[in-house]
Amino acid sequence: MQPDRHELALCVNGTPYQRTVEARMLLSDFLRHELRLAGTHVGCEHGVCGACTILIDGAPVRSCLMFAVQANGCELSTIEGLAAASGDLDPLQQAMHEHHGLQCGYCTPGILMTMTAFLKENPAPTEDEVREALSGNLCRCTGYQNIVDAVLAAAANLRAAAP
Amino acid sequence: MKPAPFKYIRASSLDHALSVKAEYGDEARFLAGGQSLIPSMNFRLARPAVLIDINGLAELASVDLSGETRLGALTRYASLERNGAFLKACPLIAEALPHIAHPQIRNRGTIGGNLSHADPASELPAVALAMQARIRLKSSRGERELGASEFFVGILTTDIGPDEMLAEIVFPPPPPSTGTCFMEVARRRGDFALAGVVAIVSLDEEGCCTSIRVALCGVGDTPVDASAAAASLIRQRCTDQAIEAVAADVQRAIAPPGNVHASADYQRHVAGVLTRRTIAAAHQRAAHAA
Repeated sequence: MQPDRHELALCVNGTPYQRTVEARMLLSDFLRHELRLAGTHVGCEHGVCGACTILIDGAPVRSCLMFAVQANGCELSTIEGLAAASGDLDPLQQAMHEHHGLQCGYCTPGILMTMTAFLKENPAPTEDEVREALSGNLCRCTGYQNIVDAVLAAAANLRAAAP
Repeated sequence: MKPAPFKYIRASSLDHALSVKAEYGDEARFLAGGQSLIPSMNFRLARPAVLIDINGLAELASVDLSGETRLGALTRYASLERNGAFLKACPLIAEALPHIAHPQIRNRGTIGGNLSHADPASELPAVALAMQARIRLKSSRGERELGASEFFVGILTTDIGPDEMLAEIVFPPPPPSTGTCFMEVARRRGDFALAGVVAIVSLDEEGCCTSIRVALCGVGDTPVDASAAAASLIRQRCTDQAIEAVAADVQRAIAPPGNVHASADYQRHVAGVLTRRTIAAAHQRAAHAA
């Protein structure tokens, strides 16, 4: 069977890209192998672990459960777009750092992208709501408590900084 | 763990999608949310030669609450979770939605994809069965409508023909003075349930039960309709004792398979407890609705 190739144009963290990809290329592999944006991690590749979570048009999705060709015309946000160009961490990243919300860090990009979208929708969450929102991301190091603490602290910091 | 090669066709219209499906038959699969299909393809359990991407077909994503609740197959869980009018009109589905997978999955996953995947452990098929939903199938030959009980025929198997698409789900309105409830027990929020139960209880003016629907997920090859086993409640008052007896009847009527998380006995136990609790809650809600 001849590879079924398709033209693809999308925006990742504000930068436009055009590529030709095989239909079966997963979006997660496209980001890592074609665009060399390896901050998006690949864990289980069947939608369970959440490590590959990115934002598509603002909504968190599993990039291993989409084909790259489906993202044609979409705006994507990945972990590479969170920190400022100066290297300053964004408030959620800073809180994860301060609260020791990561150890090995493998799950962290997916968690940061999930929680970025969550805090935008719910700027003043309860601890239960944070845990519910976190339920689609597996972390095998932290036991989650420090991640929950970090998200609650980030939410408070973001609210305090809001005009 | 990468999908086998396939030909990708982005459908430009419903007619286009149906004509491509008619051409390729079982070799082709519709790609909607992809949250069940793509994992199976990543494992190479599914190797469709053709994927027909229907995500661009807005006509399949309509939500019509004007009479019966009619949901286009491409309606995503997340859009329902954010649709206040829908949540009010369909409290039972509203109660089940947060149990369906995780937020990231609900942003992509669709109602039609869920039902056509027909996972017996999934919540929505049991809800559709309990609500006696009707499922509309379309093909280039025409269309037909099936009751949920005829639609689910086995594990991951439905009555959809090789050239057909699940296009719409119709939920009839419940009778007046009806209460509903969904509960499940899962190891982790969003995981597949060890068992889940849907109960729909209708009452007359005297507070006696006029009809009861009970369906379960995770305890058989298909969603399981246990309404016949629960029918002893009809014309009775929903006392604790009567509900307890019905829960025992439902437990006897099911044959859970057991899995890595729970033995068959434990699944049966959970199903009994949840049956009792959901009927009691549905009864309470029906009494308040009166």
